[in-house]
Amino acid sequence: MKIVTSSQRDNWIVRIRRSTHHGDILWSGLVILMSVFVLVLVLEIGWMLWQQSVEARHTLGWDFILPRLDSSWDPATGVFQAWAFIYGTLITSIFAIILAVPISFGISIFLAELCPQQLRMPLNWMIELLAAIPSVVYGLWGIFIFLPQVVVPVGDALFAAFGHIPVLQLVFTGPIPQSGSSRLAAAMILTIMIIPTITAITRDVLLAIPNSQREAAMGLGATRWEMIWQVLLPYGLSGILGAVILGLGRALGETMAVTMVIGNSLESSGSLLKPGYTMASLLANEFGESVSSMHTSAMVEIGLTLFVITLILNIIARFLVWQVARRTPQEARA
Amino acid sequence: MTVTRFQELIAKNQVAHSRRRRITNAVMLSVTGLLTLLALIPLFWIIGYVIYRGGPTLNWDFFTQLPRPLGVKGGGILHSIEGTIIITFLACLFAIPPGVLAAFYAARNPNTTLGIALRFSTDVLAGIPSIVMGLFVYDLMVVPMKHFSALAGGVALAILMLPTIIRTTEEMLKLVPHTLREGSLALGAPEWKTSLSVLFPAALNGIVTGFLLAIARAAGETAPLLFTALGNDTFNVGLIVKGGVQAHQNIFTILGRIVNQPVDSLPLTLWKYAQQPYPERISQSWGVALILMIFVLLTEVVTRLWIENRKRSMQG
Repeated sequence: MKIVTSSQRDNWIVRIRRSTHHGDILWSGLVILMSVFVLVLVLEIGWMLWQQSVEARHTLGWDFILPRLDSSWDPATGVFQAWAFIYGTLITSIFAIILAVPISFGISIFLAELCPQQLRMPLNWMIELLAAIPSVVYGLWGIFIFLPQVVVPVGDALFAAFGHIPVLQLVFTGPIPQSGSSRLAAAMILTIMIIPTITAITRDVLLAIPNSQREAAMGLGATRWEMIWQVLLPYGLSGILGAVILGLGRALGETMAVTMVIGNSLESSGSLLKPGYTMASLLANEFGESVSSMHTSAMVEIGLTLFVITLILNIIARFLVWQVARRTPQEARA
Repeated sequence: MTVTRFQELIAKNQVAHSRRRRITNAVMLSVTGLLTLLALIPLFWIIGYVIYRGGPTLNWDFFTQLPRPLGVKGGGILHSIEGTIIITFLACLFAIPPGVLAAFYAARNPNTTLGIALRFSTDVLAGIPSIVMGLFVYDLMVVPMKHFSALAGGVALAILMLPTIIRTTEEMLKLVPHTLREGSLALGAPEWKTSLSVLFPAALNGIVTGFLLAIARAAGETAPLLFTALGNDTFNVGLIVKGGVQAHQNIFTILGRIVNQPVDSLPLTLWKYAQQPYPERISQSWGVALILMIFVLLTEVVTRLWIENRKRSMQG
C-alpha cells in the first residue's frame, strides 16, 4: 500500500487515479469505445450508402433492380436500370460456385482426411497463397495467358456441346470472342479466387468433426470414401454450406480481376460466352466519370445493393458455421 | 444343383459389390488428390509467368525514376512505390490503434452483448466488397474535402485492414496463458497496466505478424483506391520536400502537402498500364506485378512461419 500524503492528495493526477480505480475505468472505457467504434463503422457504411442513393431510390423505385429483359443504362438520357449488372454478377458468381465447390471439397477432403502429415502444412499454405495473390495480378495474367490459352478453348467446347440444345442455348450462345473476354472468363477467374475461401472453411469443419464418428463408420465396415461421403459430409453439412455461401459472397464483390477480363460491354445477350458487366465492374469503370448527380446516386444504389446482398449472405453463413462449432465439444476435435 | 447355383450368385454378387466399393473408394480418393494438384497449377503458373515476364523489366531505374512519356525508353515507377508506402503507412496509423484496443475487449469479454456484436460486425466488415469501401470513403472524405488524396486512400485501406487486425490480435491475446494475467493482477497491477505491460508484450510477436499479414493484403488492393487515392503519375516526395524546405515551411505543412495529394499505388499503376495498348507499358505492368507479388508472397510466407512457430511454442 502506498501512503498518501496530504500534498499528494491535492495532486490531480492522484485524484484521477483514485477516482478511476487506478485508471481501470479509463482503460475499459477506451476499449469499449473502440469496440463501439467498429460497430458504428459498419452501421455508418450502410447509412452513408442509403443516404447518398436517396435521389436514385426516390426517382427510380424498385424498377431499378427488378429483372427485365430490355434493361438499359444510359447516363446521357437518364435511364438507369441495373438488371444487366445484377444478372452479370449473379451468373458469373453462380457459375464460379458450380466450378469451385467440387474442387474445393476434393481439396479439403484430401487435406483433412488423407494427406500425409508432412505434406499437410505446405499444401495448406499453397492453397492459401492463392488468396494472397493480388486481384490485379490475376487480372493481368488472365488477360494475357489464361483467356487465350484456357478460356477460349473451353468456351468453344461449351458452345459446341450446348450451343444447339434448346434451353441451354440461352446460356451458351456463342461463339466466344477471339480475345476470350466474356462472362465465362470472369467466372473461371473467380473460381480460382474463391477456392481458398471455401477450402479453408470446409477443411476446418471436417477437422472439427469428432473422431468417434469416423471410428463408428469404419467399424461398421464402410470404406474410407463411404465414411467421408455418407458420414462426415452430412454431419458437417451446415458448416460446409456456410463455406459455400461465404465463397459466394467473395465472388459477388470481387472487382479488379473481373473488370479486367469480363469485357465490360452492355450486351443484351444473356450468354455466358459473351462479354458483360458486373455490379462491381460497373462501379470500377464508371464511378470516376459520372456525368450527373443522378448517375452517381444510381451507382451508389448499386453499391448499396451489393452491400445488402453480402451482408445477408454473411449473416446466413456465419450462423451455419457457428451451428457446427456449437454442437461440437472442443475436446472432441481431431 | 440349385443350391450351388444360388450360392454362386450370392458369391458373384458379393464379389462384384465389394469390388465396386473398393474401386469407388480408390477412384474418389485419388480424385481428391488430383483436384488438389489442379488447384496448385494456377498458383505456379501465375508465379512462374510473372517472374518470366516481369524479371527482365526490373532494373535500378525502374525503382528510382518517374515514368517517362510514351515512346521514351526507360523510366520507372518511383511515384507509385512512394504512394504505396504513404497510403499503407496511413492505413496502419488509422487501423492499428482502434483494432488492437477492440481486440483487447473481444479477447476479454467474448460472451457479452457488445463482444458478440463486435465479433459479428468484424465478420460483416470482412465480407463487405472492397469496392463498396471505396464508395463509402469517397462519400465520407473525398466529397467534403473536394479532392482525392492519399489520406482518403489510407482511410479506405484502414477499414479493409481492421477486421484482420482485430481477429489476429484477439487470437494471439487468447493464447497468452491465464497465469500471466492473474500473476500480474495479484501483484497489484491495475487491469490496464496488466493489459499493456504483460499481455501485450507476451503476444507482441504474433500481433505484429497479424499486422504484416493485413498490410500485405491491403497493399495489393486496388478497388478501394480507385475513387479515393485516384492516381497521380507526377507525384514526387523528394520534390515536395525540397520545395517545402526552400520555402521554409514547417514539417507539418510539408507532411500535409504530401498527404493531401492524389497518389498512385502499385496495384493502381498495374491496372492503368495493363489497359494501355503500348507494349512498353504492358511490360512495365508485368514488372509492377512482380514487385507486388514478391512483397505480398514473401510477407505472407514469413509471417505464417512465424505464427506457426509461435503457436507451437505457446501451446507446447
